[in-house]
Amino acid sequence: MTFALTPDRDQKADEYLTRYPSARAALLPVLWLCQEQNGWISPEVIDFAARRLDLSTAAVKGVVTFYTMFHQAPVGDHVVWVCRTLSCDLRGAKAIQEHLEGRFGCHAGGTSTNGKFSLRKAECLAACGQAPMVQIDDRYYENLDLGQLDRILDTIERDGIEAAVERFATEASFDPDAGPKARPLQSVPPPPVSKEAADAAQGSGTSTDKPTEDE
Amino acid sequence: MADPQKPLLTVRYGLEDSWSLAVAEKAGAYAVARRALSEMQPDAVREEVKKASLRGRGGAGFPAGVKWGFLSPKEGDEVYLVINADESEPGTFKDRTIMDLDPHRLIEGALIACYAIRSHVAYIYVRGELRHSIARLEHALGEARAKGYVGDAPFGVDYPIEIHVHSGAGAYICGEETGLLNSLEGRRGEPRLKPPFPAIKGVFGMPTIVNNVETIASVPDILDLGGAEWAALSRLPGDGGTRLYGISGHVERPGIYEAPVGITMRELLDDYGGGVLNGRPLKAIIPGGSSTPVLDPARLVDAPGEDHPLHRWHGKSELDVPMGVDTYRALGTMLGTCCAIVMDDSINMVDVARNLMRFYRHESCGQCTPCREGTGWLVDILENVCRGTSRPGDVDLLVNVANNMMGNTICAFADGCAMPMLGLVQKFYPEFVEAAKHGLPKGTRHDTTTRDLLEGAA
Repeated sequence: MTFALTPDRDQKADEYLTRYPSARAALLPVLWLCQEQNGWISPEVIDFAARRLDLSTAAVKGVVTFYTMFHQAPVGDHVVWVCRTLSCDLRGAKAIQEHLEGRFGCHAGGTSTNGKFSLRKAECLAACGQAPMVQIDDRYYENLDLGQLDRILDTIERDGIEAAVERFATEASFDPDAGPKARPLQSVPPPPVSKEAADAAQGSGTSTDKPTEDE
Repeated sequence: MADPQKPLLTVRYGLEDSWSLAVAEKAGAYAVARRALSEMQPDAVREEVKKASLRGRGGAGFPAGVKWGFLSPKEGDEVYLVINADESEPGTFKDRTIMDLDPHRLIEGALIACYAIRSHVAYIYVRGELRHSIARLEHALGEARAKGYVGDAPFGVDYPIEIHVHSGAGAYICGEETGLLNSLEGRRGEPRLKPPFPAIKGVFGMPTIVNNVETIASVPDILDLGGAEWAALSRLPGDGGTRLYGISGHVERPGIYEAPVGITMRELLDDYGGGVLNGRPLKAIIPGGSSTPVLDPARLVDAPGEDHPLHRWHGKSELDVPMGVDTYRALGTMLGTCCAIVMDDSINMVDVARNLMRFYRHESCGQCTPCREGTGWLVDILENVCRGTSRPGDVDLLVNVANNMMGNTICAFADGCAMPMLGLVQKFYPEFVEAAKHGLPKGTRHDTTTRDLLEGAA
């Protein structure tokens, strides 16, 4: 069975090709389109991408196997990535993973018995300040506890992924009121860090022992 | 006009829908780019950035203005700007805030940077996992194109600039600048031998400048305030401005904070982060992403010589040294991405080493033998040490393997793995020796302090 992109996705691929001076540079974006349509990068998808961009299948396969996010085997309806790198582990990521393994009835790397969820361990997902966290398909769910995690998965099973995104998905967060208020960004004279700088600063009276005390 | 008394990079973060053009522009977005492109010469823009002493925010801390100066395109060369948004250093989550909360600041910075280095095309390489950030950037670019800010004549100036978002697909090594360029070209993200450096021969064989997201996002404020005034916001010489600090792990208020360059780690932990979680004693801090050697608060700065760069802090705790690229290098660690990971006294550092080395084993691209094999051996030895099944001399073997990775590979990944490994053994040697004899103490898990909390909330 051969694979082909749907007409609208194929048009998108054409647009990608205009972005770069070489066709090969469109390989990652095209593979993303294929995976979005097919669910995983099958041998047929590799053949298609090679034909579409005039590359050898070996070249395409080499790229596919290099990147973690290209699935080289079929996956469940949703892929759950649980971050297990240090910041998340310090805040309970292991408990999150064990809870998911219990709920899905599979180890990390496997797929739940009902085929709905594939569970994957992930290395740092750049959400360290909101640990622990999981990525489900395209979105992050952060500052988790086990109850919240169950509510998210229940929602996906009952109402679908869009409902879960709507209610629970998170983005980078920032609290403008956090941090020391009485500390404006205004500078104090910089302390010299090298002897040359120290010499240069002498006489101008800029040296203070502890720069923070002036504020 | 930016107000130096107020936050700069984060000033729009708190606004509702801060990511939309309407909100961002009302709060000042694109005013600087409009002025720069209409009224300034590219040389003058580069000069301001040089004066600002803007040290690259991606980890290496190379002065951005100097990097831009390395370009010397030949006739017919197309210069590219590549923005490194492959944020994946463990502990680091700052660039994501810019993309999610103020994407127009990044686009404005990219327009100015393109103009300054005489480039007409910029690629923003975003790590593949950040689908939401990619969507935000694409949306913001769509808005900016519709207004004519990105395209054939930005702000009516005859200087076409096109900006594209390019998604990675999950590979830490693509944050290494030449690995990123290979990935952008549709190849495996294996780093290239240098020289030639990207400024001479980068993406598609053309002169290329690779800058971090936060570096580029700082450019509008630099032009707005003037390079010298922006530089003076810092508390350190030769390392200008304000920057994003991150703090995560065992801390009361984990998150991203903007502060002048040169605050101390103790300020970041106590004044911004609210102190160690649940008031427990502090054990260690990894200062700027996992590749930076760990800080031990009990260790004092040893710089008795008057000419030592850290002499002013002689006898004080490592945590009281201002956080700057040069000061931290003198301290024997690195500032890295300026995003700290805090650990309380419940944590065993051998366990920490195992967690980090698993990361490096997974992410080694595999093209150089010392790194491909070394990362695997480090994990295997650490697994044995943690289980209490190690052989005599295994702790020394960790040091031996790490030492043989340093400097023996194409890129800095192996160094980034070996340095924290050596730092951990050096600063917490007794813990490693103890674990080598008996395994990890019973009950040691990263999550002992938070497991109750997780289950209590269930």
